[in-house]
Amino acid sequence: MLKKDGIPAEEDVAIITPSDERRAAGPVAWVECFEKIPCDPCHDACPAGAIAEFSDINDLPSVEHDECTGCGLCVSACPGLAIFVIDETYSEEKALIRLPHEFSPVPEPGDEVPLLNRAGEEVGTGEVDRVQKPAAFDRTAVVWVIIPQELVRDVRAIGKVGGRP
Amino acid sequence: MRECEIVVVGGGPAGLTAAREAGVHGAEVLVLDRNDRAGGQLVKQTHRFFGSRAQRAGVRGIDIADVLLESALDCQRVDISLNSDVMGFYPDGAVAYEKEGTWNKIHPKCLIVTTGAAEKFIAFPGCDLPGVYGAGAVQTLMNVHGVRPGKKVLMVGAGNIGLIVSYQLMQAGVDVLAIIEALPEVGGYTVHASKVRRMGVPILTGHTVTCAHGEDHVQGATVVQLDESWNPIEGTESDVECDAICLAVGLSPLIDLLWQAGCSMGFVPELGGYVPMCDENMRTSAPGVYVAGDARGIEEASAAMMEGSLAGLGSAHALDYVSEEDYSRRHAEISSELQTLRSGPTARHILDGFGKLQQVSPRTQRLTEGSEDTC
Repeated sequence: MLKKDGIPAEEDVAIITPSDERRAAGPVAWVECFEKIPCDPCHDACPAGAIAEFSDINDLPSVEHDECTGCGLCVSACPGLAIFVIDETYSEEKALIRLPHEFSPVPEPGDEVPLLNRAGEEVGTGEVDRVQKPAAFDRTAVVWVIIPQELVRDVRAIGKVGGRP
Repeated sequence: MRECEIVVVGGGPAGLTAAREAGVHGAEVLVLDRNDRAGGQLVKQTHRFFGSRAQRAGVRGIDIADVLLESALDCQRVDISLNSDVMGFYPDGAVAYEKEGTWNKIHPKCLIVTTGAAEKFIAFPGCDLPGVYGAGAVQTLMNVHGVRPGKKVLMVGAGNIGLIVSYQLMQAGVDVLAIIEALPEVGGYTVHASKVRRMGVPILTGHTVTCAHGEDHVQGATVVQLDESWNPIEGTESDVECDAICLAVGLSPLIDLLWQAGCSMGFVPELGGYVPMCDENMRTSAPGVYVAGDARGIEEASAAMMEGSLAGLGSAHALDYVSEEDYSRRHAEISSELQTLRSGPTARHILDGFGKLQQVSPRTQRLTEGSEDTC
């Protein structure tokens, strides 16, 4: 449970999970923000207007998944590193996850990386597809990782190339 | 003695913002900071800040320090004196500080105390061994001097500082064995907890450290689970091998100058200990003495900056630099931002604390008997 050990419960994740239809339509943001804290940069980061303006800065983000284009600009903008963009249309067996990454060395495209779930357990191996680290992302790299379709709900971090973080 | 309209003690987020606000209205301000670099704790904060765009959300603390300093020094009559350790505030209104081996005195019309906080520690056998650090020291070593405090660290405390410093330790390549927290729940923001947890660091709530092992430095620790009444549960002790123990168990306001000024103080656990009574301009009960930031109650940097603005505005207004109209407009603006920031569940204890401060019977403690007119 989130407040006990930092791991969000399944019920928490269910609330923020985009619909099956939306997930089948291409990349979409999973905004894993479960606690009311004063924070709203995700709204400013979204060029598609999919994250509504905050009437109270302490509110949880209100995300309209159908408006989300999956551009991923929110991933590096979220101070809580709580947003992931997942494309389940990548291939029959594989999905593509974009996740924030602030550890060095930053992996390179083609690297094999351990896939970690929300508890930090290694659940598989993925391949780095692409790494974005423009100046605008201010030292939070966004790493695109090809992962097995069946791990879409689990993978939220990567370990070090060739081993544990 | 040198005169100055406003002296700000402490060049952290509250102090620099206070200097900017007072300076923008034309007041003469001198910021005294004991470090060789301004920014206070901001210079160690490598994570992006929360808040709204107006409060520089999304910007890393370390970058906010530079922005605040620049915007303060942009004001013509604002100056900062680094390596300046304020030692006392005297009944005649003089502020004494040590700078590079010299003893200096300055007489301000208004004093703004933005001294921040000191770390709390917990006592246990072996807590005096080299290798037991406060989280602030760990941050200073790593983020200011580029030195790792150890190879394997046990973090004690899952408030925001414990969580953030754990993440920074991992970024520096240090193995964080676990974050233990005596409370039944994580005290910090859960996004911070989740981001260390998914990198494999266990967070053990309801656990504490009972002793550190080692002859002349830390070589391990014993961790135990606590029951609901904070008693160790027999049979749950486990030993961990580590070469550093990092304590992130809370902060207390640094209020020595406020005691010296004769401010009315109240003890409020929610705010971190003794804190001064103050009005909506952050003015304490001592004439001409203002306070902002953690010295007024332990909170976070965004709130410290807004309080700094209020103190800067209040003092500039008291010195007749601000028209009534401008003062009212600006005061309402800052207050409303601050109110919004504090309206969420994570700030409830702060508002509770302010409520309690109204109820407690104030204490004052003058170190030197002297004239009531301090400035």
